[in-house]
Amino acid sequence: MTRTPEDRAAFSVLDRPNSYIGKTVPRPNLDRLMQGRGLYVSDIELPRMAHVVFLRSPHAHAKITGIDAAAAKRMPGIIAVVTGQEIAAVITPWVGVLSHLKGLKSAPQSAIAVDRVCWQGEAVAAIIATSRAAAEDAAEHISVAYEELDAVTDMQTALDPTTSVIHPALGDNLAFERNHDAGTVDAVLAASDEVVEAEFIFGRHTGVTLEPRSVVADWNAAEARLTIYQGTQAPHMVQNIAALHLGLQESQVRVVCKDVGGSFGIKVHIYADEMATYALSKLLRRPVKFVADRVESFNTDIHARDHRCKGKIGVKCDGTITAFEIDDLTGIGPYSMYPRTSAIEANQVVNLVGGPYVTKNYRARARVVFQNKNVMCQYRAVGHPIACSVTEGLVDLAAMKIGMDPVEIRRRNLIADDAYPCASPSGLRFEQLSHHAALAKLIKMMDYDALRAEQAMLRARNIHCGIGIASFIEVTNPSAAFYGVGGAKISSQDGVAVRLDAQGAVVCQTSITEQGQGSESLTAQIVGSVLGVSMDRVRVILGDTDNTPYGGGTWASRGAGIGGEAALQATKELRKNILDVAAAILQSSPGDLDIVSNSVVNVSDGAPRIELSELARIVYFRPDTLPPGIQAELMATRHFVPREYPFAFTNGVQASWLEVDTDTGFVKLLKHWVVEDCGTIINPQLVDEQIRGGVVQGLGAALFEKCIYDERGQLTNANLADYLVPMSGEMPDIDVGHVVSPTLESELGAKGAGEAGTAGAAAAVTNAVNDALRPFGTIITEIPLTPQIILTALGRI
Amino acid sequence: MTPVPIFLEVNGERIDAHVLPRLNLADFLREHLKLTGTHVGCEHGVCGACTVRFNGEIVRSCLILAVQAQEGSVETIEGLSDSGEIADLQAAFRDRNALQCGFCTPGMLMAAQDLLKQTPKPDREEIRAHLSGNYCRCTGYQAIIDAIETTARLRAERAP
Repeated sequence: MTRTPEDRAAFSVLDRPNSYIGKTVPRPNLDRLMQGRGLYVSDIELPRMAHVVFLRSPHAHAKITGIDAAAAKRMPGIIAVVTGQEIAAVITPWVGVLSHLKGLKSAPQSAIAVDRVCWQGEAVAAIIATSRAAAEDAAEHISVAYEELDAVTDMQTALDPTTSVIHPALGDNLAFERNHDAGTVDAVLAASDEVVEAEFIFGRHTGVTLEPRSVVADWNAAEARLTIYQGTQAPHMVQNIAALHLGLQESQVRVVCKDVGGSFGIKVHIYADEMATYALSKLLRRPVKFVADRVESFNTDIHARDHRCKGKIGVKCDGTITAFEIDDLTGIGPYSMYPRTSAIEANQVVNLVGGPYVTKNYRARARVVFQNKNVMCQYRAVGHPIACSVTEGLVDLAAMKIGMDPVEIRRRNLIADDAYPCASPSGLRFEQLSHHAALAKLIKMMDYDALRAEQAMLRARNIHCGIGIASFIEVTNPSAAFYGVGGAKISSQDGVAVRLDAQGAVVCQTSITEQGQGSESLTAQIVGSVLGVSMDRVRVILGDTDNTPYGGGTWASRGAGIGGEAALQATKELRKNILDVAAAILQSSPGDLDIVSNSVVNVSDGAPRIELSELARIVYFRPDTLPPGIQAELMATRHFVPREYPFAFTNGVQASWLEVDTDTGFVKLLKHWVVEDCGTIINPQLVDEQIRGGVVQGLGAALFEKCIYDERGQLTNANLADYLVPMSGEMPDIDVGHVVSPTLESELGAKGAGEAGTAGAAAAVTNAVNDALRPFGTIITEIPLTPQIILTALGRI
Repeated sequence: MTPVPIFLEVNGERIDAHVLPRLNLADFLREHLKLTGTHVGCEHGVCGACTVRFNGEIVRSCLILAVQAQEGSVETIEGLSDSGEIADLQAAFRDRNALQCGFCTPGMLMAAQDLLKQTPKPDREEIRAHLSGNYCRCTGYQAIIDAIETTARLRAERAP
């Protein structure tokens, strides 16, 4: 069901004259980035700044029996060489568990390995020098003696009794297991006309932020204060963790986040080398800079996915889906990441499978195992691509089995648009979704019937094109249910302070962060609209724990929905305060006044009464002229967190149209469509670009991206030439449409849109490839869909 | 290793410096001249973030040594911005939101301007092909292609 803003009286605050809500306006911060005048962490230089380079383990699993750094220490420019044992004096180890993920276990992880390395790429020593080049030179002169240990690499055998246990104190290699059983799965499967099974395989891949992870840590011993410049999505989380492990108060740590060169979830975690950099600054009492190189990025940025998921679906001849069942296995490297843990993705898979559909019969098992590979954790659309590919792959297989069109089987099983509120078989609560409206819109946008006709015509010419459809749900606006309830100091609320300055311009400080999504723009749009000022008068400050309210930051598609609502509420309060003062100045009543186009005006006839600059002048410089008892408050602060629903679910559907070359195995993407429902749309262009960017990351996983490990745990393609990412020549144009079901939990009504694209893209492509290959009687359920995979399936190699 | 003297022109300004022979041009621009608009994404010549113009041709500054730029002319994003040469292209990028994090953008603008100088009216496939050496992880490329296509059209309309 589509609800329009007019349906809601509360929406009036956004429906004001000259509102920027729902309008495409350019982001205010783009010129800086386009002219090369941004400030990324890698650009930052401080007086006396030293550079750290980490010597990293060449082995997946080994004992460190000795480190000889004497020669390195004599090299020119070397300030220090620090080992794990030495750095342990200033920073404590951590364990990446959360109490609400019952049974999740992990081992203590150190900033730099002590005695043992657990993956190829784990830091063994830090070399600090006057330049990065000098440190790299010296790294080659450090001699580390290793005694290689058995490497646990295959997640399928990680739990076998004959496999060695990576952390003996934990007893086994099982980090986490979750089981879920809803409804009567066995009974309905037995009564189904068809039961289809498949195993879905997802490659390990990573985020490849174009700017590698970078940190400048600056311990000022005289102030006893650490300033951390870091491209992070969650500055207050970094503040908390750095303070906790360095033995400081949070007030002794300031985190500053300027421009961020891509994050996608990669930069929402705390990495060992970043912790080491904070500690080194404290140890050496000077600024220390760490910038990962690309090889390090591949070996240490979190990887994601890497699931093997067995799935089963029951269906009746009339298309009714009777049950879903999954058994998911994923390998997360040697440690659960900190502080968000590496169990969240498998947990999400259990939560999300079958989510768009009516059936209440659902059984799931997910197991998360340790391996001697790089750490794995949350990346854009955590768990969603797995759940969506399994669900939508099974739905297509069921449709194929009973000879039903893939659109028709979805029509018959998607939750009705008027059935809300309701819950999923895994217990997720849905406030209002719009699967059917979205599907109908998609079918129209892509002209489904015409495309089917074109497919048939091409097929006659031996050209094999396919259409793939994938419905999905997306978790957005997470409440404390995500991390807070598990004991993590990761805020789910956000705050905004907004004030009128002495010239009638607006300064807005928000706890959400900007990594290119448009957080700054959407905040300015909301503030400008609610207050009645033009956007060029609104300056947004973010990414600085000293200068913003406390909050979560930008991740899990939460910036617009949570930070945006805080901005709306703070601005409403400021508007009220301004009108109170204006009424006193104008001898009017606040209810008779409004603010439009930077001036206080009469509600009755719209006549301008006083410009905001004049009002500010009086308040700040001539308060003596105000009536007695009037104390103006031209600053307001509000915070917001969703309370009613743990998550604001969104939904959508994607379609892929592609051609498979059955001789070469190459897939040519011809077109991609997305319809999604993120509630109130603040800036249509920014939402569409989030969707498109997300889709392309999903397409990368579908066709190209994979971290290829050998059986000894060596990452064999840790560079940008061998690890393939989507390039401009291979990507299709992507059409985006919307259905709008605002959440009633906030006045703004916005849900998130950052991950919807990634959630369903791979599923749509895989279904399209299988549709294209239908005459060949082969089904592929493994991504990336490389030429090798496709030709193997076709029996050509 | 001993620094060697070099001189070259950067954004129209004569530069004299002493550099180690192993120093690449990207690091020279960023660390010696503080021209941090040239970004370093992979340091092995794949991602295109470090693209600059050298003697009129676009090159990856991570694959050229500073000493190889001796007596040459280097133009960076700062130079192209200040001269106004790509003001219309930048405006089109802004209007179309053809950048998100902005890290690839200086290199992307360099490559786009290079294409538009060689091929005044490229079609979308030509634009996509020309940008194949410039990675963008945020946008999915479509907005970038749109912005370049728009710029080409507007330039053609303005041309006598």
